[in-house]
Amino acid sequence: MNFDFDEDQRALADTVQRFVARDYTFEKRRAILDADPGWSRAVWQALADLGVLAINIDEDYGGLGYGPQETGLVMGAFGPGLLLEPYLAAAVVAPALIRRAASADFQEEWLPNIATGETIVVLADADARDAPVTEIGGNLSGRKAVVAHGGCADLLLVSARCADGSTGLFAVTPGADGVALRDYPTLDGQRAADLTLNNAPAMRLDAVGAADAIDAALDIGLAALCAEAVGIMEATVAATTEYLKTRQQFGQPIGRFQALQHRMADMLLHLEQARSMSYLAAMHCTAADPTARRRTLSAAKVTIGQACRFIAQNAVQLHGGMGMTDELIVSHWFKRLTAIEMSFGDTDFHLQRFAANLAREARAA
Amino acid sequence: MDLAFSPEENAFREEVRRFVAEKLPDGIRHKVMNGVHLNREEHVLWQRTLHARGWGGVGWPREFGGPGWTPTEQYIFEEECAAAGAPRLISFGLKMIAPVLMAFGSPAQQQRFLPKIMSAEEWWCQGYSEPGSGSDLASVKTRAVREGDHYLVNGQKTWTTLGQYADWIFCLVRTDPEAKKQSGISFLLIDMKTPGVTVRPIITLDGAHEVNEVWLEDVKVPVENRIGEENKGWTYAKFLLGHERTNIAGIGIAKRELARLKRIAAAEGRLEQPLFAARVAQVEIDLMALEITNLRVLSAEREKKAPGPEASILKIKGTEIQQAIAELMMQAVGAYALPFKQADVGPDYAANLGAGYCNLRKLSIFGGSNEIQKNIISQMIMGL
Repeated sequence: MNFDFDEDQRALADTVQRFVARDYTFEKRRAILDADPGWSRAVWQALADLGVLAINIDEDYGGLGYGPQETGLVMGAFGPGLLLEPYLAAAVVAPALIRRAASADFQEEWLPNIATGETIVVLADADARDAPVTEIGGNLSGRKAVVAHGGCADLLLVSARCADGSTGLFAVTPGADGVALRDYPTLDGQRAADLTLNNAPAMRLDAVGAADAIDAALDIGLAALCAEAVGIMEATVAATTEYLKTRQQFGQPIGRFQALQHRMADMLLHLEQARSMSYLAAMHCTAADPTARRRTLSAAKVTIGQACRFIAQNAVQLHGGMGMTDELIVSHWFKRLTAIEMSFGDTDFHLQRFAANLAREARAA
Repeated sequence: MDLAFSPEENAFREEVRRFVAEKLPDGIRHKVMNGVHLNREEHVLWQRTLHARGWGGVGWPREFGGPGWTPTEQYIFEEECAAAGAPRLISFGLKMIAPVLMAFGSPAQQQRFLPKIMSAEEWWCQGYSEPGSGSDLASVKTRAVREGDHYLVNGQKTWTTLGQYADWIFCLVRTDPEAKKQSGISFLLIDMKTPGVTVRPIITLDGAHEVNEVWLEDVKVPVENRIGEENKGWTYAKFLLGHERTNIAGIGIAKRELARLKRIAAAEGRLEQPLFAARVAQVEIDLMALEITNLRVLSAEREKKAPGPEASILKIKGTEIQQAIAELMMQAVGAYALPFKQADVGPDYAANLGAGYCNLRKLSIFGGSNEIQKNIISQMIMGL
């Protein structure tokens, strides 16, 4: 057992950290955020040039063939920089899904271009509550809600309830007849879109087992999201600690006050527990047995979701009025941590799923 | 990064599991599995069983007769023992005074005391806390005055766990009342049979006799029973507190108790209630995370760092988890948690749950209260 990363892994993390420190400063990010389309094609190309868009793609298709640990390192390093570009959706989830669901021809056609940054493919999975997407005669109708980075996609992978009752996975081209995208910013500065399909042409990708493939890809995405959260929380705790050492009130640094010291200790406890679960999530997210995999990933998301909430809220609280301002990066970390807690199933969803499994195990025993 | 145990470690785990299954008497196992306090003889019997196998000196290096395990092996050993319902180790001798003797004791002291700790011929207790010195340990007032070849000791120690069983007590005493508080302390080993030593029980809220007051009145202690130098006792005391925190997370015990909670909750139909099930889920999730955190700390320790302030994280979370499990077990049986010291009402498993809940409130108080641990984290780790 060891918790160390090897030389290649450390080099990969260093590369991304250097990129964030030099090319993705808070000011540069703000300029990207304030201009259309709210993300940067040039940054995307720079990431392709660094090789990080290729890490989740097999070597056969022009990728580097790395795994969840490396993805976690990259996501953790991106974390404090609050990347606006669709890394998680397009460079983690989409390749994982294509590899599991699509034919060799489709993989051949799309994966190499994802690796080079030429093409952006994203998954549209969660249905709007009142209009689930269904397939009739090969075409799709219905609505997908808050599709992460749906607006910038060259190709959408859309899950749909098929006429035979199964879940199917379909490729849909934005701009085709009957496809409408409403693109908008989200709380954390990233982009999302609502996708409306009206008898839209679609190509079915999977033969069988789309539901399992989507689950598997989302679990890989969830582990990556956990790693991103840990990277942000680490920066947030460090910045808050530093603020407490410098901010003076009553003639002394406010970090001398025990009420605040204990709050910081609680933040560190949350951070370290979250880090542990992020490692566990990376180790289990590719496990074949979905029951065991879900158990671990739900546990991870509960731990990380609760840590996100606690650390984000208290970082703003301990920064006082300054924590409320748009000027400080702390408020932006707060918003991203909030969005993470609510993505890929929120804390209640995962706690309930884990708890329901306890009851099932008890009944089976 | 590789979170799996090595094949050798897994083989070792099997060996421990087989040993415990074969050697642990059913009566003891049944008591431990149901949260019943063990008596002195039962603790001693288990320690002697381990000693006969060559595992008496858990945590000790080979040069002192220990098995020389890595921190990970020791963790596996304690986890397996806990899971199988073996008694917890008698830590006052094995894990507290023994490391101090090894690091700072004279060869004569080492030869005199260590073998009898391992063989459970002598039971040790801890004389640190006093009525006026809890978290502020360095304020101890018990006086030791040098008179020729011995000290004359007067004062009172308290919260002395299982002092009623003890043959020896290690004490922090003040030898220089003029010096600044940390620098006037010495570390003495006192034979409990010495005239002037009186042990009085303290009955805790669960009705148990686990802790004691120890009164010291004109107790003559030979100078040769002092550890290290006079007035350097604080150094040795802090070293001991560092070692006290190894295995502080109590992962093995928490896993065993969580399994018990799940059995009781299932029998009571409580896991079908979403709110209760979610609370059990929460504590299981917290324990999963703490297990990894604990392994991370062990892994760092293996790189030859002594237990550091990270142990405070393990202490806080570990005790919170054990307390939460005890609380949920009590709540799982509802009103049958209330009959006090009655074996013949309600389901068998309910008998000790109310008292057990009460007893475990101690966890966040002893060994440095959880508030003190937060001071350590914010000051030593975060630099506030």
